[in-house]
Amino acid sequence: MQLADKNQVAKSLGGRLFLNKFMKLLFLLCTMVGLVVLVTLIVDTVLGGWEYLTRDFLTSFSSSRPESAGIYGAIIGSIWLMAVTAPVAIVLSVGTALYLEEYAPKNKITNFITINISNLAGVPSVVFGLLGLTIFVRQLSLGNSVMAAGLTLALMIMPVIVVAAQEAIRAVPGFVREASIGMGATKWQTVSRIILPAAIPGIITGIILALSRAIGETAPLVVIGVPVSLLVTPNSVFDTFQALPMQIYNWVKMPQAEFQYLTAAGIIILLLILFLMNSAAIYIRNKYSKRF
Amino acid sequence: MKKSMFLSAVLMGVMFILAACGGGNASDPTEGEEKSDKASGETGGSIIGDGSSTVFPIMEIINEEFNAEHGMAAEIGVSGTGAGFERFTAGETDFQNASRDIKEEEITALEEAGIEYTEFLVGTDGLTIAVSQENDFVDSLTFDELYTIYSGEAESWSDVREDFPDEPITAYGPDQSHGTHDFFKEEVMNDEDVQAELIQDTNQVVSSVNSDPNSIGFFGYSFYLNNEDTLKAVPVQGPDSEEAIEPTDETVQSYQYPLSRPLYVYAKNESLENNEDFRTFMEFTLENAATAAQETGYVALPEEDYQEQIDQLP
Repeated sequence: MQLADKNQVAKSLGGRLFLNKFMKLLFLLCTMVGLVVLVTLIVDTVLGGWEYLTRDFLTSFSSSRPESAGIYGAIIGSIWLMAVTAPVAIVLSVGTALYLEEYAPKNKITNFITINISNLAGVPSVVFGLLGLTIFVRQLSLGNSVMAAGLTLALMIMPVIVVAAQEAIRAVPGFVREASIGMGATKWQTVSRIILPAAIPGIITGIILALSRAIGETAPLVVIGVPVSLLVTPNSVFDTFQALPMQIYNWVKMPQAEFQYLTAAGIIILLLILFLMNSAAIYIRNKYSKRF
Repeated sequence: MKKSMFLSAVLMGVMFILAACGGGNASDPTEGEEKSDKASGETGGSIIGDGSSTVFPIMEIINEEFNAEHGMAAEIGVSGTGAGFERFTAGETDFQNASRDIKEEEITALEEAGIEYTEFLVGTDGLTIAVSQENDFVDSLTFDELYTIYSGEAESWSDVREDFPDEPITAYGPDQSHGTHDFFKEEVMNDEDVQAELIQDTNQVVSSVNSDPNSIGFFGYSFYLNNEDTLKAVPVQGPDSEEAIEPTDETVQSYQYPLSRPLYVYAKNESLENNEDFRTFMEFTLENAATAAQETGYVALPEEDYQEQIDQLP
């Protein structure tokens, strides 16, 4: 005796099984689209720029002569820039997130502030550049220094880190918090010893996203007036500097074909720095991720 | 106890990222110092320029040469002619590169800010109208015909001139962020909007024109020179001229070519008088502008013009 009528099963399950397979393929396709574009871009860039990644390229300053153009000043400048942007942005953003989540009264004003911070993440970077130009460059007379640009970029990426940190802090289970307070810990003890450590992985994800955006950002630097031809590297944060994305943007616009390859080589360097930065962050994240 | 150790570990961790990003910071400046010996860090910031990205390559080459010879260098940005004039007016820069004449309102703003300046010419650019070399029918165009093409009136080449074939026409050009666009709009379009495929990256304009024999594009002379083997420069007949002139070094230099445009450097008089380094830099600029202009794909002025300008220096 047949327990189940196969035709009947196929008839009633067929649609669902098909949909199941279809959705799986659809999602795979979605992933592939992004992946293929990314791989194409990377392969294209690496093939174009590989031969130009020479020692001279890494150790000479920028030039309008393609054969002697290098990226030294821009690499050093970008590292300086991140050295200002990262600590300022991280401290300010994590502080903001902690206040909003842990200390601020849960009322309409807090809510309003939170919503506005999320909206700030969508403000075009040029606007932050104009803000930086008005406040840091002109009002505070920092000029087009590492400091002015670093603070501008820090402001620009703050919302991203704040939102990620808020989510991470919110995700810390309530019982841990209550247990800590129940043990007689103060708010600060709870925050510093329980919540922050548990939220670190999520916060770092936000930091990775934010710093990746900051290091590749050109528009605010153009507005601030960061120079492209500068044959010195900064000696302090109050000196002016060159930046990798500015250099790349400038080369793309040059008429000589060689500059297109130099652009590719510059992008490889930018990607490498980004990769190093993110690896460090991911290493730290994994180290502290299994808390609860 | 354990908790606080963990926290310090975490804090260390955060510091670590900072160090990872800033780590270079601790060690690199020293490396930087070695480097900057070559470029002399001390006076590097004292000459500041900004402005047109068209003029920039000329100035960058001059800056390199200046650095090699005098052991100091200027700081030069590329915010564009308009934004550069704003910085010049704010007194932030000593010189301002411009790919067009200074505008009335910019003159007024500078007067109000009490900034006196001297205008120097460093070279000439010829805005080039080009088609692909596979295009065999376009041998010259008048300003009126260009207007027909770039106002969107002409849909096919036969609308431009009757003996052209009935092929659809695609017009390209650099977008509004370029001085080249403004210049074309003013000279050819009587300040009306350009109706064409406007592209931010001029290299893309070139490759678009290359890929379609029925297309037409405009860009700076240097882009034409660098793609001479695939592009054909169209001789242009100006509004008050009898013949179409092809852009060449000679016709651009003499302004016979109707779309020639001057490349300027505006220098702040106060800096010229008080900053010995800047005065030396400007003199060096005028002495070397001819070769730098040629090297970067522009056209030099007649030699005596440079000498005349050097004599103008305080």
